[in-house]
Amino acid sequence: MTALIEVSDVSKAFGGVIANQEISLDVPEGRITGLIGPNGSGKTTLFNSIVGFHPIDSGSILFEGQEISKLRVQQIARLGLLRTFQQTRIYSNMNCVDNMLISLSHRNESFGDMFATYPPEVADRAESLLEFVGLYSKRRLISGDLSFGQQKLLEFAMALMNEPKVLLLDEPTAGINPTLINGLIDRLKRANQELGVTLFVIEHNMPVIMGLAEHIYCLANGQLLAQGPPEEIQNDQRVIDAYLGGHIQTGDS
Amino acid sequence: MTAPDRKVAGYGAILLFGVVGPFLFPNYTFQLAVLWIMILFALTWDIMGGQMGYNSLGNIFFFGAGMYICAVVQIGLYYDVAEYTAHFGAVKIELTEDQYFTGLTLGLIAAAVGSTLFAVLFGWTVFGLRGPYFAIGTLGVAIAAGELVGTWDYLGGGGGITVPIYPGEPDERALLFYFLCFLFAIFTFVFLKWLYRGRFALAINAIRDDEEKAEGMGLHTLRYKTAAWAVAAFFLGLSGGLFGNMIGFIEPLEVAFPTVTFGIFMVVMALLGGKGTLWGPILGAVVFHLIKETTWTYMLGWQWVALGTLIIVNIVFFQQGILGWAQEKWPERFGLVVEEASEDGADDGARREAA
Repeated sequence: MTALIEVSDVSKAFGGVIANQEISLDVPEGRITGLIGPNGSGKTTLFNSIVGFHPIDSGSILFEGQEISKLRVQQIARLGLLRTFQQTRIYSNMNCVDNMLISLSHRNESFGDMFATYPPEVADRAESLLEFVGLYSKRRLISGDLSFGQQKLLEFAMALMNEPKVLLLDEPTAGINPTLINGLIDRLKRANQELGVTLFVIEHNMPVIMGLAEHIYCLANGQLLAQGPPEEIQNDQRVIDAYLGGHIQTGDS
Repeated sequence: MTAPDRKVAGYGAILLFGVVGPFLFPNYTFQLAVLWIMILFALTWDIMGGQMGYNSLGNIFFFGAGMYICAVVQIGLYYDVAEYTAHFGAVKIELTEDQYFTGLTLGLIAAAVGSTLFAVLFGWTVFGLRGPYFAIGTLGVAIAAGELVGTWDYLGGGGGITVPIYPGEPDERALLFYFLCFLFAIFTFVFLKWLYRGRFALAINAIRDDEEKAEGMGLHTLRYKTAAWAVAAFFLGLSGGLFGNMIGFIEPLEVAFPTVTFGIFMVVMALLGGKGTLWGPILGAVVFHLIKETTWTYMLGWQWVALGTLIIVNIVFFQQGILGWAQEKWPERFGLVVEEASEDGADDGARREAA
């Protein structure tokens, strides 16, 4: 089992606020890894650091053994490291199929490809993936008219269209109708098993992440608090304290 | 008539009008030529402003740059440019027909290529700007260019340059330039129709909708943005070189870099017709040009007030433009889907083969 992403001693501060402090973690290839922690604990900041959204203050981030902490967002994305956003982001004035087509990997795009059309097999794959997430019947709709949950599914399908090696998902189930969550979890697992996409998932829904991830990291106050398999994390007193809020307990005593 | 038939008939009617127009209305040949230039303006502005969401107020720069490049090539081929401009038009260059057309052809090619290179060059700097900053930044480029040329003696400074005189009859000259304007506008349309058929259109639309997302997906955003501006600059440079010859005399502020007239007109036309569509800017250009010429003829003195009113009505009540409004009203006519496809009424998102 090799680590696809190796984060070592990464720190990031915004002015006086230390969002990440010397965080080290590994995302093993082919697995589903979870990242949990209370609001403001630095999860999204860590995601942003990994995908090159902002420069890090110190530390190193390796992707397939290559240092990526100095690369720009597009370069990292073209290596096959992709993320979805907490506030879902799609191309809202384009229809679903067009959203999918333009998400085709740009890894090997040459200058001349700018002026090319899409071969039928690409259009076919776009429709298959829309079917995979259950949006096939809405494929010609303007994506901005879809419900929030459907937009989230579309964003997930767009990411799969890009054929990433690893996909960073920022709260994939937030805002999704509870009855649809099981379907989404099932699709995440299938993407991991059938398409071989390594997943690194931020999630607040504990039953979801416990059932999904094989290994979980927990952040609190910008630091790595605990790590381990789900059952171990679930029973870790520090994690329970962090989520329930230590100040409540001190207030009781 | 079936849909393809109607399409052919529509294109045919436009081409036919383009060809016979100046013979039917010989007194309006110049105005018709300007109409084609206006269509070219609106189409090229819309590449960036409509399709890509980058509202440039400085596209007129490429028009002026092309105009000067073309003139310098035309003169420079047969005469010393510095000496020619130093005499402020007192020197007349007598050219044979061959010399004139060689100069015009090479000048137009140089204008198009030169403007494209300028676009690539400026793209590296101004594409760091977003939203209103981009608009003001590009406006600054156009105004600065006008001022700069105005103090540049080699290019005749504020006094301008007289372009080489056409060696033939005035009527013949008017028709020649009319048909070149017609040809360039058609060329622009055909090229954009080809360009918008595939990946390029989706990429610049994606940049318009969410550039940060597009970057996150690995799109070569700078490459597409530069290419989009270069395409606009190519055709604007071409039209600039041609327009300079049509007018016969070029100077920096009113003819080459008219930011407050042509520079704004191109924006207004695209918005009026419906930005982000292929036909909207064309429709906008025709309506705008008709209104403009009518008010200039019948409401002299009030023409700017009338144009201002048009712009205000457009911006306040009709932001989506004529075609955008029509698309909202009759989406099915434009092939847009607003209701989900429900061949069988099911809504589980699964694919079903159409029976």
